[in-house]
Amino acid sequence: MLGSQSSLVMYDEEYQRIMVLIQKLLRESNAKVIFLVDKNGQLIAATGETEHLDTTSLASLTAGNIAATGGLAKLIGEKEFSILFHEGEKDNIHISIIGGRVILVIIFDERSSLGLVRLRVKKASEELGGVFEDLVQKTVIHSEKVGSDSPFAEITDDDIDNLFN
Amino acid sequence: MSFINYASREINCKIVYYGPGLCGKTTNLQFIYNKTAQDAKGKMISLATETERTLFFDFLPLALGEIRGFKTRFHLYTVPGQVFYDASRKLILKGVDGVVFVADSQEERLDANIESLENLKDNLEEQGFQLEKLPFVIQYNKRDLPNCTSVEELRSLLNPDQVPDMEACASSGEGVFETLKAVAKLVLIDLKKGG
Ligand SMILES: Nc1nc2c(ncn2[C@@H]2O[C@H](COP(=O)(O)OP(=O)(O)OP(=O)(O)O)[C@@H](O)[C@H]2O)c(=O)[nH]1
Ligand SMILES: [Mg+2]
Repeated sequence: MLGSQSSLVMYDEEYQRIMVLIQKLLRESNAKVIFLVDKNGQLIAATGETEHLDTTSLASLTAGNIAATGGLAKLIGEKEFSILFHEGEKDNIHISIIGGRVILVIIFDERSSLGLVRLRVKKASEELGGVFEDLVQKTVIHSEKVGSDSPFAEITDDDIDNLFN
Repeated sequence: MSFINYASREINCKIVYYGPGLCGKTTNLQFIYNKTAQDAKGKMISLATETERTLFFDFLPLALGEIRGFKTRFHLYTVPGQVFYDASRKLILKGVDGVVFVADSQEERLDANIESLENLKDNLEEQGFQLEKLPFVIQYNKRDLPNCTSVEELRSLLNPDQVPDMEACASSGEGVFETLKAVAKLVLIDLKKGG
């Protein structure tokens, strides 16, 4: 497990694997949009009709939503609610948790159905879970050698000041 | 906890504005939002009551520029300051990289400041964080009001560890960017240490 203070890190290789998996899920579930969000509200990856979507806001609100329902779950003695479903007039949102830490969000309309989405999510979750486990391993190794080859080891005061100009 | 994305070459950091009810947390974010260029900010989301008290959180994503070829993004959040929203405050603190404590300088809010700071420590500890180890700055807000406690007194009560602190008037914007800059700097220095 990641320590609570360590960073989540994404590498090219895992990112590519994740994109392949969610693109496949998008096709197989006939969904409109799929995205993955860290429990802290950071967008990890997105695919589908994302052009007109404010994915940053969606990510933050999804994480807030999961956090709030997670709080509710604890109050009644559940660990968490691993699936949330919001039904709209046209579009629906299916939210599930992968490996306890990453949130998978699927937006779909009448071209798909809750049953189909559920079915496809189940299989994809296992595969995605595997990638995130690899990522955690890699991050642990990375954080052990950080300082030597981290691109941030060399940050100077000037770099930081420049950000605000 | 920051999110370093080598695939898209981005760093994301989460900064939380904490403090007692009505101290000016939301006002800080609103000022930053209004003064930031369009291409450097996302939508500001406020989950608030009908009387504009924060109910769950405010959220403002900022893209500050590049460091060493990495796009640097800060996600600013405020907590609801009212005492009875404690469960929500705990949730917002998850994965935090840096904290701004906004104190209300008015004399009658002195106890509320102290109580809120204690609450911050408790809630962080519950998650295995220690405030002393986190990038942390304090803002003495509402300096424009006539009934202010002196900065010396606020400092001795709220800032025994002498973290960076500054005076502000969030409604006019004075001190707002100085505060953000101070905490962002600490967060980046932390990142440099491999935190
Ligand atoms: N005079 C003065 N008023 C301020 C200042 N900063 C904020 N205010 C006012 O204080 C009131 C409360 O500000 P908010 O930013 O909503 O307070 P908050 O900390 O977000 O409050 P909660 O959401 O309940 O936790 C508003 O009417 C602001 O205009 C300041 O520096 N000076
Ligand atoms: Mg507020």
